[in-house]
Amino acid sequence: MATTRILEGLGRLYIFLLLAFLYLPIIIMALMSFNVSPFYQLPFEWTTEWYASLWQNDQLIAATWNSLEIAIITTLISVVLGSAASLALYRYEFRGKKVLQALLFPPIAIPWLITGTAMLIFFFGVGIGRGLFAILLGHVALALPYVIVVVSARLQTFAPELEEAARSLGANQWQVTMRVTLPWIMSGVIAGGLFAFAVSFDQFVVSYFLSTPGQTTLPVEIYAAIRKGFTPEINAVSTIIIVVSMALMLLTARFFKFGGEK
Amino acid sequence: MAAQSATASCSGLRSALPLLAPAYLWLTVAIFLPLSAMVFFSFMTDLPLTGKPWAFTLGNYAAFFSQSLYLTLLLASLRLGLEVTLWCIVIGYPAAYVLAKVLKGRSREAIFLLVILPFWSNGLVRIFSWAMVLREGGILDTALNAVLPFKINIDLMYSYPAVIIGLVHSYVPYMVLTCYLTLQAIDDSLIEAGRSLGASRLQVLKRVIIPLSMPGLVAGAALIFVPVVGSFMEPRILGGRTGTFYGTVIEDQFVAVFNWPLGAALSFILLAVVLVILALASPVLRRAA
Repeated sequence: MATTRILEGLGRLYIFLLLAFLYLPIIIMALMSFNVSPFYQLPFEWTTEWYASLWQNDQLIAATWNSLEIAIITTLISVVLGSAASLALYRYEFRGKKVLQALLFPPIAIPWLITGTAMLIFFFGVGIGRGLFAILLGHVALALPYVIVVVSARLQTFAPELEEAARSLGANQWQVTMRVTLPWIMSGVIAGGLFAFAVSFDQFVVSYFLSTPGQTTLPVEIYAAIRKGFTPEINAVSTIIIVVSMALMLLTARFFKFGGEK
Repeated sequence: MAAQSATASCSGLRSALPLLAPAYLWLTVAIFLPLSAMVFFSFMTDLPLTGKPWAFTLGNYAAFFSQSLYLTLLLASLRLGLEVTLWCIVIGYPAAYVLAKVLKGRSREAIFLLVILPFWSNGLVRIFSWAMVLREGGILDTALNAVLPFKINIDLMYSYPAVIIGLVHSYVPYMVLTCYLTLQAIDDSLIEAGRSLGASRLQVLKRVIIPLSMPGLVAGAALIFVPVVGSFMEPRILGGRTGTFYGTVIEDQFVAVFNWPLGAALSFILLAVVLVILALASPVLRRAA
């Protein structure tokens, strides 16, 4: 049918326009980070000067290291704690299980502005205060629900008979978990870990309220710089961040089907 | 769910506890206790830690209800949330439909990934990237002036439309994702049956497709509306002076004015609004699950 074909063609065009809307600003930002003019003036002249000057910016470099360290530690802690919790929720039946599962949603659904300010008040009140440790505490809490949801989804495809079989062959609980269950859910664990890394590395709001001038992360540093005024240096560091976080998500997609088709 | 009920080992809470405790203790210390502390602090005149005398008060809430400023800003934020959500539906739903029902195979997978990829990248950086496009002498201004025969000045930066554009750009992938999931679950034979019984395309859309994908629409709307009402970074960067909303006022209480008890009260009121919205959306969502 001709009408159908025309409609499908329009549909494809529409998707193309949506992708342009989503990607053009990012591409333009990236291009401007290679442009000579510090006032973003055209015509475009190629330079890597802004990237070179990033290396001289000690504050940014320190913040980058902080971000990476916190993201890596967040990933490790939340993957271990989250996978353990997912296993317990999968294996055992007990009263209040539904409540525990429901409790995973407030950290995801409540706006970070509320969670972040609440953390600030509480950590200040109990003497933890602000700084990198407080940021780490917060990031793990934000990442945990994602890890548990992703690993649990993977566990749904696991056949409990496999654990039974291993047990009847004389394996103890630890051996069953490490040799049978864990290898099966590994792709889920890796995807959960990548999610956790992304949640932490890209986190701005919670870090913002918990940071102090010396102890801060990269997004918080960038926000401060943006509010002082736009410079191509911000474009350069932003371009690096967006490339890193998109690459991470592409990697995650290898381990986790977002579309839920399979 | 079949696997779960098939789990033979019902050793119960005692076996589950050692595995569950670390994760849930962490969540308690970093999420649930802080949220409770916030409620507590919102009834205080001052922080007990500063050494200054403090007392319990309803003054922070009285401030919200007596000064029309806060209520006005909350309404402005709710309106912002509504507008952004509507734009996300208008832009995202057709895209989800094309992805679910028109595209097939590998191209569908690739384009789906491309649509949701930005959503998982850095939100702050994506908002900043719009500054390059929207400012006077920016790309939009330059491009339009190169094409059009007459001179126009496009300076959307630091305006309400700029905030809307940035937020829609940030959240539209969410709508595409949730609508796509419900749309691709609709059996094509239902659509064909409707068509062969003489319904027009529009009728099939109105009577079959939209009702069946409603849970995805509602989920997307809730997931977008809630964070937009609490947004502060986006209005600050793209809205400038015009970007004063409820979220930015809360931010100010904590980083500029240092009136934490008032900030806690304002945060708690926002939390209450958010919970009401999620509760309203939950019947539709539960039907989907």
